[in-house]
Amino acid sequence: MKKRKFGLAMSLVLAAGTILGACGGGGNEEEQGGTAGEGGNKEDAFTVAMVTDVGGVDDKSFNQSAWEGLKAYGEEKGLSKGKDGFDYMQSQSDADYATNLNTLTRQDFDLIFGIGYLMEPAIGEIAGQQTDQNFAIVDAVVEQDNVASIMFKEQEAAFLAGVTAGLATETNKIGFLGGMAIPVIERFEAGFRAGVESVNPDADVQIQYAEAFDKAEAGKAIASKMYSSGVDVIFHAAGGTGNGLFTEARDLKKKDPERKVWAIGVDSDQTAEGVVTIDGTDHNVIITSALKRVDNAVKDLSLQAADGNFPGGEVTTYGLTEDGVGLAPINEELENKAEIEAKVEEYKEKIKNGEITVPGSYAELKTFSAQ
Amino acid sequence: MSSRFTNILIPVIAVFLGVLAGTIIMLVSGYNPIAGYSALWNGAFGDIYYIGEVVRQFTPYILAGLAVAFAFRTGLFNIGVEGQLIVGWLAAVWVGVSFEELPKIIHLPLAVLAAAAAGALWGFIPGFLKAKFRVHEVIVTIMLNYVALHVTNSIIRNVITDGKERTPNVAESASLRSPFFESITDYSRLHWGILIALACAIIMWFLLEKTTRGFELRAVGYNQHASHYAGMNVNTNIILSMVISGAFAGLAGAMEALGTFGFASIKGGFTGVGFDGIAVALLGGNTAIGVVLAALLFGGLKIGALNMPLESGVPNELVDIIIALIIFFVASSYIIRWFIERISKKGVK
Repeated sequence: MKKRKFGLAMSLVLAAGTILGACGGGGNEEEQGGTAGEGGNKEDAFTVAMVTDVGGVDDKSFNQSAWEGLKAYGEEKGLSKGKDGFDYMQSQSDADYATNLNTLTRQDFDLIFGIGYLMEPAIGEIAGQQTDQNFAIVDAVVEQDNVASIMFKEQEAAFLAGVTAGLATETNKIGFLGGMAIPVIERFEAGFRAGVESVNPDADVQIQYAEAFDKAEAGKAIASKMYSSGVDVIFHAAGGTGNGLFTEARDLKKKDPERKVWAIGVDSDQTAEGVVTIDGTDHNVIITSALKRVDNAVKDLSLQAADGNFPGGEVTTYGLTEDGVGLAPINEELENKAEIEAKVEEYKEKIKNGEITVPGSYAELKTFSAQ
Repeated sequence: MSSRFTNILIPVIAVFLGVLAGTIIMLVSGYNPIAGYSALWNGAFGDIYYIGEVVRQFTPYILAGLAVAFAFRTGLFNIGVEGQLIVGWLAAVWVGVSFEELPKIIHLPLAVLAAAAAGALWGFIPGFLKAKFRVHEVIVTIMLNYVALHVTNSIIRNVITDGKERTPNVAESASLRSPFFESITDYSRLHWGILIALACAIIMWFLLEKTTRGFELRAVGYNQHASHYAGMNVNTNIILSMVISGAFAGLAGAMEALGTFGFASIKGGFTGVGFDGIAVALLGGNTAIGVVLAALLFGGLKIGALNMPLESGVPNELVDIIIALIIFFVASSYIIRWFIERISKKGVK
C-alpha cells in the first residue's frame, strides 16, 4: 500500500513538472518553425544573437522588444532561429552575462547584442579580449572599436506621455512610477515632468521609485497609494514592476466603473494589459504607451552591419526623428481624445524641428522649467 | 547497512532521481534528453573556458553552503546568507576602491577580511537576538536580507559614488583576478578565491570535528538543554555560530566582489547565491566535504544550463525544474531512507 502511495507521489511530481516544462517550451517550438528552409546560402549569412538581461526574453517589455527586432531581421534575410541564423541566450543572474556573451562568441555569431545597461561592464571586458568579434549594446556606451552603442531619447517619448497625462487628468494629480533611479529612468522622469508642465503647469506630479524592475507587488502597492490620494493618471517606467500598476488600475475600475483611473504604459504598446470587462462591455484603463522601439533599433543595426557598415566605436542615438521612440495610439474612451491627439501632434512637430529640446536629466529639467 | 553509507547514498539517489525525472519530462515535452544532457555537459565541461567558469561559480557556492551548514550544525537555520553575502560584497569593494597605493600583500587580505567582518556582523545581529531574547533567527535573517539589499544599494548610490548605479572597479592590488588563470582558461573569470574557499572548507571541518569549541557547537545543535546542563554556555555558542556562519557568507560576497565582478552594482533583487547555499548545504549533508561536492554539482548545473537552450533547444525553465526536483528529492530524503531500509530488510529475510 505504502509503495503505491510513493508511486502516486512520484507520478504527481512528474506530471506537475511536465506541465510546467510544456509551458516554458511552447513559445520556442513556434519560433523554430516558420522561416526554416528559406535561407539560401547559410554559410554566407550574417548571423546575429543577443543576450537578455535578467528580465528574460518574455518580459513583455525591453528584452522581448529586442528579440522581436532580431526576428524581424531574420525574416527579412530569410534566416531561421539557431546557430546559423539568429538566436538568444537568457541570463539568470548578473554573473551570467559574461558567460553567455563568451558562449555566443564561441559559436561564431557575426554580431552579438547585449540588451540593457547592466551588460556594460561585461561587454567592455569581453570586447577587449575578443577583438575580432563585433558587439552592440543597448542603453549604455562602451567606447571600443568593435562595439556599437545604441542609445534612445526616452525623454521624447516620455514628454509626449506627459502631454497626454497633463491633458487627461481631472484632479490635476499625476503619478510617476519609476523602476530604479538610474540614468535611463531619469530620462523618462525628466521628459514626463516636462511634458506635463508644458500643457498643464498647475498639475502636481508625484514621483515614486519601486527600486526594482521585477516586483509587480511593489508596483501595485505604490499605485494603490497614489490612486487613493487622488491621482488619476499614472505613468510607469518600471518594466515588470509596472504590471502591478495595471492590476491595481483594473481592480479599481472593476469596483467602480464610473471612476476615472488611467495608466500609461512604457517600452512597447501595452494596451492589452489594460482590458477590463464590466457587464459584458470592454473598457481599457491604459491611455497610451511611451514607445521605445528597441526592436527597430536592433533590426536597423543588424541590417547595417550585414551590409558591411557596422558602426563600431560609435554611439547611435534613436529619437523621434529616427522612429526610435514614439507614442502609441490614444485610448478611444477618453473624452478629450481629439484634443490630446492634436496637442501630441503639435509637440511632436516641435520636437522634430528642434523648437523644443526635451530635458534628459534633472539638471536640464530645471533649466527647462525656468523657461 | 552502515548509516555512513546510507548518508552518502541518499544524496546520490536524490540526484539520480532528479535527472531521471528530468529525462522523462524532456521526453514528454518533446525534447531529446540525450541532446539536452550532452548540451548541459558541454556547457559545463566541454571547453576549458567553461571549466573555468564552473570553478568560478563553484567558489561562492562552497562558501555559501558552508555558511548554511555551519549554522545548521549548531541547530540554527541561517536564511540570511544572502544578506550577509551582500554586505560582505559591499565591504570588500569599499576597501578595494578606497585605497590606491597599498601593496597587494596588505590590500587584498584587508579587503577579504573586511568582507568576512561585515558578514560576521550581519550574522551577529540574529545570533545575539536569538541568544538574549529568543527571537527566532529565521525571521530576523529574512528581514536582514532586505535591510542589507537596500542599505547597500543606498550606500553604493550615495556614499561610494555620486548617484551612479555601480562603483568603479576595485584597485588592482585588491583584485583576486589572475591573468595566469585567464590565460590557461581562455579568458574565463576563474580567480584565486577558489583557494580561499577550499581552505575555508578545511577550517570548518577542523573547527567542528577536531576542537573543543566545535564539540560544544555541535552539542548545542543536538540538544541545548543537555549542553546547558553539561556546563556549556549555550548563548555564547549560538552567537559564535552565527558569527562564523556570517563570516563564511561574507567571504562568499568577497569572491563575487574581488573575483567575478570587481565592482558592486545596485541590485534590483537578490543574487540567489545565498539561497542556493541552503540547497548546497542540504545536499551536502551539512558536512564540509559534502558541501564542496554539492557546490561543484550546482556550479556545473548552473553554468551548463545556460548552454542548453542554444545547443539543444531545451528551455532554461526545464533545467530549473530538474534542479528543483533534485532538491525536492534531497529534502524528502526520508522517503529514500525508508526505501533503502525496506530493501535492505528484505535482503536479510
